[in-house]
Amino acid sequence: MSNGISMERVEEIIDGYGCQVYNLIAIMQDIQAEYKYLSPAVLELIARKLGVGVAKVYSVATFYENFSLEAKGKYIIKVCDGTACHVRKSQPIYNAIREYLELEGKQKTSADGLFTLETVACLGACGLAPVVTVNDQVHSKMSPELAIDLLEKLRKEDAANG
Amino acid sequence: MAEMNRERLEVRRVKAKRALSYQRRQILLCAGTGCIAGGSLKLYDYFKEECTRRGLDVYIGLTQENETEDVTEPKGDGVYLKKSGCHGFCEMGPLVQIEPEGILYTHVQLEDCDEIIEKTILKGEVVDRLLYELDGTKYPKHSDIPFYHRQHRIVLENCGTTDAEDIDEYLAKDGYVAFEKALFEMTDEAICKEILDSGLRGRGGGGFPAGRKWDSVRKQPNGKKYVVCNGDEGDPGAFMDRSIMEGNPHSIIEGMLIAALAAGSDEGYIYVRAEYPLAVARLKTAIVKAEEMSLLGDHILGTGFSFHLHVNRGAGAFVCGEGSALTASIEGNRGMPRVKPPRTVEQGLWARPTVLNNVETFSAVPLIIRKGAPWFKSIGTESSPGTKAFALTGNVVNTGLIEVPMGATLREIIFDIGGGIKDGKKFKAVQIGGPSGGCLTEEHLDMPLDFDSLKKLGAMIGSGGLVVMDEDTCMVEVARFFMNFTQNESCGKCVPCREGTRRMLEILTRIVNNEGSLEDLDLLEELSATISETALCGLGQSACKPVQSTLKYFRDEYLAHVVDKHCPHCNGRKKVLQIDPELCKGCGKCMKQCPMEAISGQIRMPHVIDTEKCIKCGACWGCCPFGAIREE
Repeated sequence: MSNGISMERVEEIIDGYGCQVYNLIAIMQDIQAEYKYLSPAVLELIARKLGVGVAKVYSVATFYENFSLEAKGKYIIKVCDGTACHVRKSQPIYNAIREYLELEGKQKTSADGLFTLETVACLGACGLAPVVTVNDQVHSKMSPELAIDLLEKLRKEDAANG
Repeated sequence: MAEMNRERLEVRRVKAKRALSYQRRQILLCAGTGCIAGGSLKLYDYFKEECTRRGLDVYIGLTQENETEDVTEPKGDGVYLKKSGCHGFCEMGPLVQIEPEGILYTHVQLEDCDEIIEKTILKGEVVDRLLYELDGTKYPKHSDIPFYHRQHRIVLENCGTTDAEDIDEYLAKDGYVAFEKALFEMTDEAICKEILDSGLRGRGGGGFPAGRKWDSVRKQPNGKKYVVCNGDEGDPGAFMDRSIMEGNPHSIIEGMLIAALAAGSDEGYIYVRAEYPLAVARLKTAIVKAEEMSLLGDHILGTGFSFHLHVNRGAGAFVCGEGSALTASIEGNRGMPRVKPPRTVEQGLWARPTVLNNVETFSAVPLIIRKGAPWFKSIGTESSPGTKAFALTGNVVNTGLIEVPMGATLREIIFDIGGGIKDGKKFKAVQIGGPSGGCLTEEHLDMPLDFDSLKKLGAMIGSGGLVVMDEDTCMVEVARFFMNFTQNESCGKCVPCREGTRRMLEILTRIVNNEGSLEDLDLLEELSATISETALCGLGQSACKPVQSTLKYFRDEYLAHVVDKHCPHCNGRKKVLQIDPELCKGCGKCMKQCPMEAISGQIRMPHVIDTEKCIKCGACWGCCPFGAIREE
């Protein structure tokens, strides 16, 4: 075990793809779907099982926007900054959330480990702009106020559920 | 199930058609990404529950379990409940369509469902308040709404009327008829010729004739060949391909099967953006269904033809929409483009000859084979036949997905279909083709849109995103926005794109901040020309188009930034917000609300708004308990 990641499960996923190197992206997607990020130990294990260098695995993992090498919060908030959302003012929403979560500099995850804030380049839900997603659930026609309300609701729900 | 062959498939199709004809009372719930976000799946569950509770027979799908049993007409009042693909009218979602009347209800919420069942389903009456309204007129019928009746929907025809997850319904609407024709009645050469004659050009942006591409792959020496569908619709503000993948996945599979027959391929891939989980799920379901019916897999319909289809998810890299980067990504590598030639038709996926087309192109193929090239040529313009789907977004009244014949004018699209500019503002420009395209202005409103007319203007159809901008939009900021996007997405392989776009972004940011100089404008032009000529792939070559076209058509706005140091659009979007020191009690509420940290002040002392930082969002205005914030 490392950081809650079960290496047995990771091996299972890699085996499920027949240890084929062309499935590297799909393998990492499946692992990340379960653990939300890829730890160094995971990358090393993938490299060993696929019979390629760690550098190759690392190069692919860092090339694609969707892979994260850092642990993420329980709720992943994505503010869409596609063209349609941008012209309907998504930036103030992003700023408001950043401030609410007291994120500084390059920090993306709130201190309590509950929220991770990201931007995403167009979710294709432009008719509903501006759009914010929380763990891939779409919330449409947002405003800075609605976004903060949503976060507060999640925080309360989380506290209630222990 | 007995082994499927052409005759059995036809039997199944005839039965599906009959079953479909029995479906009189239908409730169609839009299950596109937009309407699902609005809660349409909850409506679906509610309708199912409530109709059952009221003693109505609820039918879902045309599924035929028993092959020998004949389809019989259901007795009594049955309701057919369907999750359809995207209707395109996303602004009005969640959408509920009631057949046979063709009534379209907009913005339907859970509390409206009872009334719909009560009045429309049981009594055939219309619920007035849920109808679409424009200029005081209510439109009960879907087909009468101006947004729809000015469109020409062929590729999107089944999106919104068909249960996307039901292969029988696709069969009932003559699905896979074209594939059968190609498989049993046409040679590979004849298929290529038909597509070439139809004049179908790639809908992904370049506009390369699809038939010529297929023919090149066909002529390559025998051996492994691939058919790849590009569903990596990365342009911000474009969602045509997503809607087709979600709403009519079988049309893509059928198109790819026909391409495989023409090119002599037995394996294919559909590469879908990671941001489209629903599209991935629908495609996977469709593939499983098609395999069950022997339309995919080995010995298709009992013949010697085999075709295996896989779905690959992207991982968030815009550059993977470029052909060679996309194939690199399928191979499990970093998605970086390579030098061409050799072209994809010669050495594509795993260095084998590959047919690579986008979703909309494949989706048009079955229609062309079934209805013939002359039919397709009768739509659109001479050099660009057929229709084109556009995603209409931005400051326009009706955002959504539309399909018009090639050669339609911007005026028709934005004003007749789109309903004009939001909030009664004036039209300023439209960005066509996303970050790789250019902007068109008022003088281009009446110009017919097709591949060639746009190329002449330095813009391109791209994948079909149309972002409408009103008079309050600063075009320099728009150019900066797109440059920021391409700069972020530059893969870093070639210097012109990696370094050049970064420098251009720096200059643009400087200009937006009113710190630029006149020399910067020359520098932008020079860099644009250099990058377009020297970048390795389409992403870099077209990255400067937004800058070039805004410099051409909106030079005065650049000048406002560099000479006057004051842009009327950036700083004068609304009136200036100020705090009345007499009324302000210094409670600090506005300071907390301000998203831009533009308000400062000591507690219990009058606060001030920094107009440089203020974006006039009005958050402070809404929260002030003393009414101290004013528009000046």
